[in-house]
Amino acid sequence: MSPDLLKLIFGRLTIESLPLHEPIVVGTFAVVATGGLVMFAGLTYFRVWGYLWREWFTSVDHKRIGIMYMILGIVMLLRGFADALMMRLQQALAFGGSEGYLNAHHYDQVFTAHGVIMIFFVAMPLVTGLMNFVVPLQIGARDVSFPFLNNFSFWMTVGGAVLVMASLFIGEFARTGWLAYPPLSNIGYSPDVGVDYYIWGLQVAGVGTTLSGINLICTIVKLRAPGMTMMRMPVFTWTSLCTNVLIVASFPVLTVVLALLSLDRYVGTNFFTNDFGGSPMMYVNLIWIWGHPEVYILVLPAFGIFSEVTSTFSGKRLFGYTSMVYATVVITILSYLVWLHHFFTMGSGASVNSFFGITTMIISIPTGAKMFNWLFTMYRGRIRFELPMMWTIAFMLTFVLGGMTGVLLAVPPADFVLHNSLFLIAHFHNVIIGGVVFGAFAGIGYWFPKAFGFKLDPFWGKLSFWFWVTGFYLAFMPLYVLGLMGVTRRLRVFDDPSLQIWFIVAGIGAFLVFLGILSMLMQFAVSFLKREQLKDVTGDPWDARTLEWATSSPPPAYNFAFTPVVHDNDAWWDMKKRGYVRPLLGFKPIHMPSNTGTGIILAGFATAMGFGLIWYMWWLAAASFIALLAVGIGHTFNYHRDFDIPADEVIRTEDARTKLLAGAK
Amino acid sequence: MTIAVNPTQSGEPIFYLADEHPHPEGWSTSLGFWIYLMSDCLIFAILFATFGVLGGNYAAGPAPKDLFDLSLVAVNTSMLLLSSITYGFAMLTMAQNRIGATQMWLAVTGLFGLAFIGIELTEFAHMIHEGATPQRSAFLSAFFTLVGTHGLHVSCGLIWLVTLMVQVWKFGLIEANRRRLMCLSMFWHFLDVVWIGVFTFVYLLGVLR
Repeated sequence: MSPDLLKLIFGRLTIESLPLHEPIVVGTFAVVATGGLVMFAGLTYFRVWGYLWREWFTSVDHKRIGIMYMILGIVMLLRGFADALMMRLQQALAFGGSEGYLNAHHYDQVFTAHGVIMIFFVAMPLVTGLMNFVVPLQIGARDVSFPFLNNFSFWMTVGGAVLVMASLFIGEFARTGWLAYPPLSNIGYSPDVGVDYYIWGLQVAGVGTTLSGINLICTIVKLRAPGMTMMRMPVFTWTSLCTNVLIVASFPVLTVVLALLSLDRYVGTNFFTNDFGGSPMMYVNLIWIWGHPEVYILVLPAFGIFSEVTSTFSGKRLFGYTSMVYATVVITILSYLVWLHHFFTMGSGASVNSFFGITTMIISIPTGAKMFNWLFTMYRGRIRFELPMMWTIAFMLTFVLGGMTGVLLAVPPADFVLHNSLFLIAHFHNVIIGGVVFGAFAGIGYWFPKAFGFKLDPFWGKLSFWFWVTGFYLAFMPLYVLGLMGVTRRLRVFDDPSLQIWFIVAGIGAFLVFLGILSMLMQFAVSFLKREQLKDVTGDPWDARTLEWATSSPPPAYNFAFTPVVHDNDAWWDMKKRGYVRPLLGFKPIHMPSNTGTGIILAGFATAMGFGLIWYMWWLAAASFIALLAVGIGHTFNYHRDFDIPADEVIRTEDARTKLLAGAK
Repeated sequence: MTIAVNPTQSGEPIFYLADEHPHPEGWSTSLGFWIYLMSDCLIFAILFATFGVLGGNYAAGPAPKDLFDLSLVAVNTSMLLLSSITYGFAMLTMAQNRIGATQMWLAVTGLFGLAFIGIELTEFAHMIHEGATPQRSAFLSAFFTLVGTHGLHVSCGLIWLVTLMVQVWKFGLIEANRRRLMCLSMFWHFLDVVWIGVFTFVYLLGVLR
């Protein structure tokens, strides 16, 4: 074929784009491809594709979508953590003239991918998954406000993840750091596809995130059970509401800033260039106007999880519910007033820096109030040290430490010394791992029996817990020390041999975390095998307080046979105390949304369009765009999107539960 | 949300609705669409902010005074404002269940929208022809992106309008179609409001600058 024709078809994708010269990547590809083939063959052999498609991929059930988000988050955690291990190994080795084992081209991609994947495709799916699963149950709803949109949002997130993963084997990923600052990320300095993978991966996923934010706000505002006033909502629902408000009010900023960067790269505009009047610092400002709320998007739901867990396992109503709600709202608002603390060194002057330094310090007040509320909830409580509670205590200790180093960094003069040092890296891993990751694990342990009908095995869980916690401290405390000594982030090789011991300790810590992750996977496997022993027949294994525990584990498709009526905070606790009797008669048909494959098809076209744009395969981008439009419009001609679950089926489901409950007594 | 939460006459609290009515279809739609519009508004807010920061960086290239033809922009603005009025008429006739009149006003709205897009593209072509391309300076990058994003929204609105006209023609003014027309109405007026901002801050203040 002529080169022109090849170029027309494949854009800038050539055989040389495949990283065949990187043995590590080729090895990884071989492992992933073999694993993928085995899984594909297995699924085909056991004929589960049809089941997966009908019951999961096309499902509009918020519980299933929530579970799929969690699976995505855990799978991507493995990828993101592999990057972390590679970096720790490189930095532990590259001393005394050694170049380590990663070249600069590869190492720079590794640290960028690590950040992007951990934030966008691990933390976000875990948080969104938990919100999706729990919120409708907690407010006594049957599903979210827009079930089809929910399915579409999930698949867009998957589409973004697919693009980022594809960059590992087709072409390369960005070498710019996780926020892709220009001018480095502009076409002049990053002419390859790396930054384009970054842009389109995040844009595709970002659409999903924004839409799911709108969806969950509507769900919480419009679909609460009768009697559940705003100030009777469970705290997790409150933090979810605030998080989704933050999502809707910040992700459009990311969308715009990435769109402007793409215009610079594709069209040659001058937004963030050094010449023709462009301003790179404009990008840095804009991306942090999204980026700072983003960290609260991640941590607020975690705060909600800790609140639920603390009050359940202390056997007490949450201390200071009202102050908890107001603290959450105050954090939501303040999170928009601190973005500049990410670049005090920009040179904006003493008064601007002081303003942002002070607002940053103020955030620690509502956060501290929360901390005391949890402590007072535990005070004189009958605390049960189940796994979710252990994660919560580990969080309280770790997060306070991370919070304090954060306040330290908020002091502009101190920040001038510590900016972009490993101290900063230690700080934000301290709060993200200690807050978001521990929170997600507490949430997984807490709601797992609700989702699957059996508890998680405590032995492997505790093993995982101790590996994670000790591993975390070993991995990041040395980074604080190194940062104070002036070591900056993202370095590949080191000259000073006296630093090596700290990196070796950090490497050992990362390895312990690796064992923690393996134990967690083991915990899932063992729990599945022992599911009969660990079975939860009551639907309320923890003697908990909120509405999700009022229904069976796992809940039926319709969540509640009758919509609950709420009289108090901790509605389920109130029902239990006041002798609620589960209704056995009078079931009626229940109106539910139907499954649809449109979401996954649309997301597939969006992903293909992203791929076309990345590689300059204009025909692919145009064709996918037209297909996207056609399928999207076509879908609006379908006016029959719901059905009734017949009363017979509801009766069958509820009778089965009655038998199960009778057997448990 | 305050239905049936009181205890029954016997004093027993009610913990579930024995006889519930599912939320009507589209119960959350207008709230959801409003929130979507606000997120879209934020997109424009950032583009305005970018224009505010970079809009004076001409890089020794053409400035608004050299480029903008206010009389053309005035005609263009009136096209969009008129289209908003005619959309309002479409909604009024919809309320009276007059399908034919609704369709007619929707079509008129579409024509005004099309005229707006046409004039905007002419303006763009003229500027590019004179060498005032988006690549020329940060001011022009910000200008084309802000105004172009608005134009893109109007174009999406036109596609949506045609889709809805087909749906009204096929299925009539059923509840779902009324709801959709209502959403498009909000979208269309929202674009009008954004354009007022563009007209004021980009064109009028640009020429004054």
